[in-house]
Order: sequence, then C-alpha cells, then structure tokens
Amino acid sequence: MSVADKVVKIIAEQAMLETSDVSLDNSLEDIGIDSLGLVESIFAIEEEFDITIPFNANAPSNSDFDITSVAKIIQGIERLVKEQAA
Amino acid sequence: MKRVVITGAGTINALGHSVAATMEAMREGRCGIGPLEFRDVERLSIQIGGQVRGFEAEGRYNRQQMSLYDRYTQFTLAAAAEAITQSGITFSGETAAKSGVVLGTAGGGVSTWDDNYRAVYEEGKNRVHPFVVPKLMNNAAASHVSMEYNLKGPSFTVSTACASSNHAMAQAFQMVRSGMAPAMLTGGSESMLCFGGVKAWEGLRVMSKDACRPFSANRNGMVQGEGAGIFVFEEYEHARARGAEILCEVAGFAMSSDAADIVMPSKNGAARAMAGALADAGVNPDQVGYINAHGTGTAANDKTECAAVADVFGPHADQLMISSTKSMHGHLIGGTGAVELLACIMALRDGVIAPTIGYEEPDPECALDVVPNEARDASVDLVLSNAFAFGGMNAVLALRKI
Repeated sequence: MSVADKVVKIIAEQAMLETSDVSLDNSLEDIGIDSLGLVESIFAIEEEFDITIPFNANAPSNSDFDITSVAKIIQGIERLVKEQAA
Repeated sequence: MKRVVITGAGTINALGHSVAATMEAMREGRCGIGPLEFRDVERLSIQIGGQVRGFEAEGRYNRQQMSLYDRYTQFTLAAAAEAITQSGITFSGETAAKSGVVLGTAGGGVSTWDDNYRAVYEEGKNRVHPFVVPKLMNNAAASHVSMEYNLKGPSFTVSTACASSNHAMAQAFQMVRSGMAPAMLTGGSESMLCFGGVKAWEGLRVMSKDACRPFSANRNGMVQGEGAGIFVFEEYEHARARGAEILCEVAGFAMSSDAADIVMPSKNGAARAMAGALADAGVNPDQVGYINAHGTGTAANDKTECAAVADVFGPHADQLMISSTKSMHGHLIGGTGAVELLACIMALRDGVIAPTIGYEEPDPECALDVVPNEARDASVDLVLSNAFAFGGMNAVLALRKI
C-alpha cells in the first residue's frame, strides 16, 4: 500500500467512512473530523509510519505541517517519511 | 445562613514553599517554570514544568510516613501544617466531631502508579510494596490530614480534573455556611510531574514546549505545575470568638456543567458559573474588581473565557482586571484553584493584583485588562476565582474583603 493509500485508510476510519468516500481535496472538516478526531488521526499516522508530526493542537494553522486538505496531509507525510529514511 | 471566612492558608508550589514566599513571587512576577528533572525526562517531547524544588520529604517525614505518603500527600500535609499554624485553630470535642476536610485532586498518587508500573512491567518484578494502594488512592491526602488534625466530620476528596479544588472548596464553604461544620480544611493538591504523568498530557498536544503565556497572541499551550494549597474555612463568629486573623470572606460560589464536549470548553457553561457565583454572593457584576482566570494558555480556553467574561460583565468587563497566575506556577490541575486562591487573598487583603507574565502580544480575542507582566496596586472589594475543567465541569468562587 502506498503512503497515500495508508493515510486515506486512517482518515476514513477516523471519519467512519469508506475509503472511496474520501477525496484528496476534502478538508478534514468536510468529512466530519473535529479537533479531537484530528489529534487521533495524527497519532494513528505517527504510529503507522513511525514518524513525529510537528503539530500543536492550540494553533494548527501555525504548525509546521499543512492540514488544510487530505492531499496536503499526504504530501507532508511523504516528506517526513523520506526525511526519516534519509 | 452563616458567614464563612478564611483564617489560615498554606501552600507549596513552584513559586515557594510558603504563602509568604508564593505571594512575594507573584508580586515580583517571577516565573517558577523551568526544565523538568526526573527519570526518563529525555524521552519526553515536553520537558518544562512548574516543579517544586528543594522539598526534602526525607527528614520532614519518618520512614513509616514515607511508605504511606505519595508526593501529592507530602505537599498536602506541608501546606496543611502552614494553614493550621496560621489559623491557630485546634480540633477537639464537638468542634472535632463536626469539622472535616474536603480536598481536590485529579490524579492522586500518580508517581506511585508510575513507580510501581515500572517495577512490574519494565523491571519484571512480581511483588510490590504492601502500601501501594493506600498510598496512591485519591483520598489518601484528605485522610492523612484528618488523622493529623483530629478532623472527624465530613471528609472526602473531589475529582473534577482542573476544577477539583474549586469544587472541593465550594463544598467546604457550603458545609460551613449551612451550619453543618464550624470549620473545614479544604483546597487541593497535585503531583503529576513524573514520566507517565507528563507523557499522558503530551498525547493531547496542547502543551507548550517553551512557556505558558495566557492571553498573549503568541501563546502555544499549557505548562503543568505541581503542589498544594490548603485553607481553613471557618464560621465567622467562631473565628471572631477566638480572635483569629481573618484573611477574607468566602462570599459565594456556583458550579455548572457544559454537558457538551469532553475537552472543548463552552462559553455558556463558563458564563453560567460566573453569573451564578455573583448571584449566590448577592452582588452585582460591577462590584467585581478582579478575576483570577482559569487562563491555561491554550487557544481554546483563553478565547472562550474572555468571551464568557464579556457576556457576564458587559461594559464592566473593560473596567475589571483579570490575570492568570498559571504563567508563573504552571497548571496544577486538581490543585490549581487552591494555589490561585492565594492571588485572590493577596488582591483583597494586600491590594496587590498578581500579573499575567509572559505576555508579549495582544490578542483581539482576549482584549481585557490581563495585568500584563507586572503586578499592580489596586484596592478591590470583590474577586472571582475561575476553574473550568475537562469534561465541561466548572466551579467559580466569589471572595470579599473583610
């Protein structure tokens, strides 16, 4: 499974949706994930890829990690996975 | 209904090991937050806190007591001794039979859990000390206070996360006010600054890695503290009859539940608790000179709390002062309202308003007089102390100058 597929699977599970119902341009809010759900998703992604995501729930928009859409989240994680491998 | 006054106060926290030392630090706007020191701290992503330093339990307590006192109980007993000494109250006969102790804590003996889990899981031991349970239980501190001072009346522990000690003090107040008890020991204590305690909080991602800056636009989360605050709440005539020094009067309280979200605060729930405390005290909003804020330094709390203050106080919100002393001593979780009550006593008795330190940038959503960075001399007659807990459980106390 690709990074993108794994991330979509985690997000879909959090949103209690089928993976086919999650599109890359969705924001997490679009698919009903609130601030608690976001923190849980970040945790699940960190566990899956064994990475640390720079994310502060107090100021999500100021974190060094873009969470505005599913696609942005995937991009960020691909970068972190690559950095970790390097 | 009886009038209720405070005749004794005691504390230990990151700012000092006594009320005098703590108030001096608050007047000077000193920060008690610094690098945490305990086993495995290097495995934490959050490595700062308001840790109590230089507190030597060994020597203060004997070997038998040490095997029964978790750090949160040690803090409680140290603070209780100071409060009782100041008050001069003694408990015997009828007074002892009716007086009790109601304390708040969120976690109880967290480091006892932590140490013993480590022993059985990490070190593979199959045996723990026989007193693990009586040491870690949430009512251990209240029980030891009752034994130490012969308090035989209503005694128990309240646990409502960050509002625990305000709920506890509200209970004690009610018992004295109703005539049920001539005096009550009350307040709260917390000691979660150990590897497991901080690791659990890290998970929520609301902790700051550098500082607690309530109401400042560049705030980035809360910082944990530890310690205890203990008070003697006493019926007014009882206190006068024995010539006790009165620190201030407890004028009213209110509790409310948001019934909404397990972590996100509600403006309405906070506003109802503040308005309720004013109504219970029989005062108008414009009589309030100072509010000791819950002021955690998280975006969610600070914006909600300021909006609730604006709702309750209307135009007077711009006249009153509101500060968060968590910027100095950190968030003592279940003990926080008790230590913060000291800032209220200092405001009423000494006319000094404790500052919100670490304030760097105004936030339009927190546009109140937060007493930034420096304490201020001001005469106030009525103050509120706010506590809004995870789980949406709120408790606000109103105190009056006497």
